[in-house]
Amino acid sequence: MEYSYSFLILLLPFLSFLVLGLLGMKMKKPVAGLIGTAVLGVLWCMSLYTAYNYFFAEGRGADGLFPTVTVFNFTWMKFTELLTFNIGFRLTPISVMMLIVITTVSFMVHIYSFGYMAERDENYKKEEYEPGFQRFYAYLSLFTMSMLGLVVATNIFQMYLFWELVGVCSYLLIGFYYPKHAAVHASKKAFIVTRFADLFFLIGILFYSYYVGTFNYDLTADPSLVMKLPGAAYFLPMSLFLMFIGGAGKSAMFPLHIWLPDAMEGPTPVSALIHAATMVVAGVYQVAALMPIWVAYAPNTLHYIAYIAAFTAFYAAAVACCQSDIKRGLAFSTISQIAYMLTALGVVTAMEGEGSVGYMASLFHLFTHAMFKALLFLCSGAIIVIIGSNFKEYMGGLHKYMPITNICFLIGTIAISGFWPLAGFFSKDEIVDACFHFSPYLGYFMTLVSGMTAFYMFRLYYVIFWGDSYYEQDPDHRRKPAEVPFIMWGPLVFLSVISIFAGWIPFGHFVSLDGHVEEIALQHFHFGTTAWMSLAVATIGFALATYMYAPKHNPLPNKLATAMPKLHKAALNRFYIDDAWQFFTHKIVFGCFSIPIAWFDRHVIDGMFNFSAWATQEGGQAIRPWQSGDVRQYAVWFLTGSVALTLILLCI
Amino acid sequence: MMNIDYSQFLNMIPEVTLMAALMIVFITDLFTAKKPGEARNRNWFNPLVCVLMLAHIFINIWPTEASTAFGGMYMTNGSVGVIKTILAFSVLIVFVQSREWLQREDTNFKEGEFYELVLATLLGMNMMVSANHFLLFFLGLEMASVPMACLVAFDKYRHNSAEAGAKFILTATFSSGVMLYGISFLYAATGTLYFDDVMANISATPLCILGMVFFFSGLGFKISLVPFHFWTADTYQGAPTTVTGYLSVTSKGAAAFALCAILMKVFAPIVEYWQIMLMVVIVLSITIGNLFAIHQKDLKRFMAFSSISQAGYIMLAVVGNSAMSVTALSYYVLIYVVANLAVFSIIAAVEENNGGVVNMNAYNGFYKTNPRLAFLLTLALFSLGGIPPFAGMFSKFFVFMAAANGAQVTTAIGATIYAVVFIALVNTVISLYYYLLIVKAMFISDNENPLPTFKSSYSTKMALAICTLGVVAFGVCSIVYNWIHAASVM
Repeated sequence: MEYSYSFLILLLPFLSFLVLGLLGMKMKKPVAGLIGTAVLGVLWCMSLYTAYNYFFAEGRGADGLFPTVTVFNFTWMKFTELLTFNIGFRLTPISVMMLIVITTVSFMVHIYSFGYMAERDENYKKEEYEPGFQRFYAYLSLFTMSMLGLVVATNIFQMYLFWELVGVCSYLLIGFYYPKHAAVHASKKAFIVTRFADLFFLIGILFYSYYVGTFNYDLTADPSLVMKLPGAAYFLPMSLFLMFIGGAGKSAMFPLHIWLPDAMEGPTPVSALIHAATMVVAGVYQVAALMPIWVAYAPNTLHYIAYIAAFTAFYAAAVACCQSDIKRGLAFSTISQIAYMLTALGVVTAMEGEGSVGYMASLFHLFTHAMFKALLFLCSGAIIVIIGSNFKEYMGGLHKYMPITNICFLIGTIAISGFWPLAGFFSKDEIVDACFHFSPYLGYFMTLVSGMTAFYMFRLYYVIFWGDSYYEQDPDHRRKPAEVPFIMWGPLVFLSVISIFAGWIPFGHFVSLDGHVEEIALQHFHFGTTAWMSLAVATIGFALATYMYAPKHNPLPNKLATAMPKLHKAALNRFYIDDAWQFFTHKIVFGCFSIPIAWFDRHVIDGMFNFSAWATQEGGQAIRPWQSGDVRQYAVWFLTGSVALTLILLCI
Repeated sequence: MMNIDYSQFLNMIPEVTLMAALMIVFITDLFTAKKPGEARNRNWFNPLVCVLMLAHIFINIWPTEASTAFGGMYMTNGSVGVIKTILAFSVLIVFVQSREWLQREDTNFKEGEFYELVLATLLGMNMMVSANHFLLFFLGLEMASVPMACLVAFDKYRHNSAEAGAKFILTATFSSGVMLYGISFLYAATGTLYFDDVMANISATPLCILGMVFFFSGLGFKISLVPFHFWTADTYQGAPTTVTGYLSVTSKGAAAFALCAILMKVFAPIVEYWQIMLMVVIVLSITIGNLFAIHQKDLKRFMAFSSISQAGYIMLAVVGNSAMSVTALSYYVLIYVVANLAVFSIIAAVEENNGGVVNMNAYNGFYKTNPRLAFLLTLALFSLGGIPPFAGMFSKFFVFMAAANGAQVTTAIGATIYAVVFIALVNTVISLYYYLLIVKAMFISDNENPLPTFKSSYSTKMALAICTLGVVAFGVCSIVYNWIHAASVM
């Protein structure tokens, strides 16, 4: 099959970015939005078409595997025959899957933003699109281009290039409301933390390329590479782990997660697209893309990822249990769910068989999570548009006023909590299953976390849609909530439908570590012990949340909070991790390193440069008479120079 | 009478097509030229010349195979083909850009002369880079020099231009004399003037070294390396701005390439000697060029010193004597062509539209009245200063790479080369300072009466578009470097 059109998948959003970025201010706002959305629509169709071709029309090759198709791959810079900077477009099962995820969510977000990025009057009628509307769509286009470039990268270096680009887009979009102080701080924080992590990624790439001699994913492609491998075996685990640190920064693993909750300062559609569905799973994608190398050369180091991620999953779930800002609650839930995916990758022990299930499970969860978490974020955006605040205190009892959002949010909640037959059940139980295969303790631990997931998600659902209504406490002075317009609930319904049915996709038929078909037993109604156990745990979480938060005027949550004041306060303050970083950067880094270096810079370095500037100026003045304008003198200098040069050479 | 094998001309197609272009221009001009004061419109003339030039480039852009002609006096190969294309490309930009200037009342009756002279110099430069024999080389050099003097004095009724022409021809004659003297020493030492034979017989005797240094001095004059640079400032300032642009890139590029080829080939047996010689000259050129540039107020004079400093960077590629040298040098010349011609296009446009203003102070507040030109000038200056991601940064990088690649730290010379690279690096900071002075003048400095807003002609716009495209794209698109590299190693 020909994929020659695929360069358009990168080119179109880039052109859209250029057009919107350069000419956006001269267009009417809806025109700019329409251009961006139309491009995304085309991209979405192209991705679906590509996926259809790749998985169905073309299908598996003679060896029973989906082929790796390199559509184009041109060399940007060449160091040695094998060590080259390439930019290309590569189709593998996971990159095709990511194409679908990215374009679907991005397309929905583009449509939804027409409703979200608008200023509304008393009755929620749209008055005018927000200022910077064109800029918003320009950034969205750039982001989509970068993210697509990241997943179709033919080598690690290209991945890194686009990796940094998505980081920049994230920075720009978090700080979209730049007159707001909090937004500026959040964007800076996100950029610095992820950039700090990316530094390790870069070091990892340099180690990798130095010892292996290529930027490619595939180490067995060339015999001369295979020759080098024994020498590199010692450094490969280290360089892979360094690369993972970069991934941990983007995917918000403990303790680098601190930027993600703050990133919620950005517009909610952005949170749905970048900080829930796509960019934050870049770390997962990176580890998955390098998985054959991990398994072959660093199997033990790989398990560290599982431990880090499992802890992160628990930690984030605990914090999510008592957030009162709904978007931050969802952000911690995202951290926890991404940690699930990375745990599943970390427990991979073999390229095939039982040990490789984690790979498929992780990417399956990536797929379903992208859909229902985008759904949840877009729902929260709808609520924020109506309520005008992120805090749960202003909500409650909304089920009467926002029926569609209510149903959609409920679907998302059920899906993420892992109840049969919605998407989350299948993907999450595959992960828990994989963990049990690796170690029963880890399996029980992840089951516990999935119970917590059900608890905090239903808590969130109840405090928004049930419980005490903020509006009804004082109906005369408060705005009456209402349903959002179609342009916003349309995408919600679309994503809800996917969230309901995505679990039934035979994912193992498309993506697996060794490339052969893997069956998901649950889809054939073979429920094992783990499935019953996680269903039971999720039900407990659901029941607890219902008992505590569903009724009106229930004093229990407050009582619990006062009973364990320290724990509650610690959880509310995210267990002081942000403060620990603050202490580390301000007191230790600034105090011990930055201040002395600043002194050195100001007095020694500046002094040196001031001196050389002064010397240059003076020197320039001093030699001016040489240039007299007298041709005879020029000839004399000329000859003197030649003779002097000869003498120098003869004397040496 | 000896029979000449005319098929040999097939090996020198660039020269043949150039000659053809020159003849076409000459004959057309002869029959359509107008006398001073006569009102005859020749709007089509400039486009015709540009199309001829384009055709010449198009015919010769394809990879050249190594071959010789005329008893081995003429020689060509891949890298020679590339530099010829680059030179022709620079001439094309100069032609496009010169249209506005040549439409003026006092110049348009000699429009044809300008093209003919430029084409003649280009032909000379082509012979120079293709020479495989010192005499042919010298002929090429002179062929490029003498019409150049006419070009410098093109505005002969303007005192400055005439003076510049006189200074140029006097110093050029002097340097040619020194160079011939050097060649005669080489002949005395080796008994031949063929490059290959000279190489086979050369050794580190005082006579050979003296010959080499004198020969080098002659070319150092063309490239305007210190201490053979004194003519540069006066000539650049006095010559018509378009000619200055041409002089600063094409003539320099051709001479630098020829010098590189000859040093690496003919003087290969005494490589340590010329490495030391080059290092001395490079350090002097970069540093003194920079020191002088800082205090200049006249923009053309300023560009003269900037070009002296740039010449040092160009030669830095040669010092390494590595496989990369020729590629890095050709690439540097190409980038220098686009960046420098962009600057000169803008200087010329400003000069044309504001009655000959070339003073830097006049540019204060230029951004407010002519934002686009100010922006383009900034891009070009950034490229000259080597700020990423513009092409100049890449060309500097490759030049430094070429120098460092050929150096072994363990040897004394290798260590010295590293030291020279370091000095060159430090000097880029200084050069950045004075390039940014202009940017500062345009964007930051206040001015009560900034230059009025003006609309530049289409030809200027087109020249600027080509140059800016080069400045922005030639670095990032690796295909340009790869093209040169592929041709050079062929």
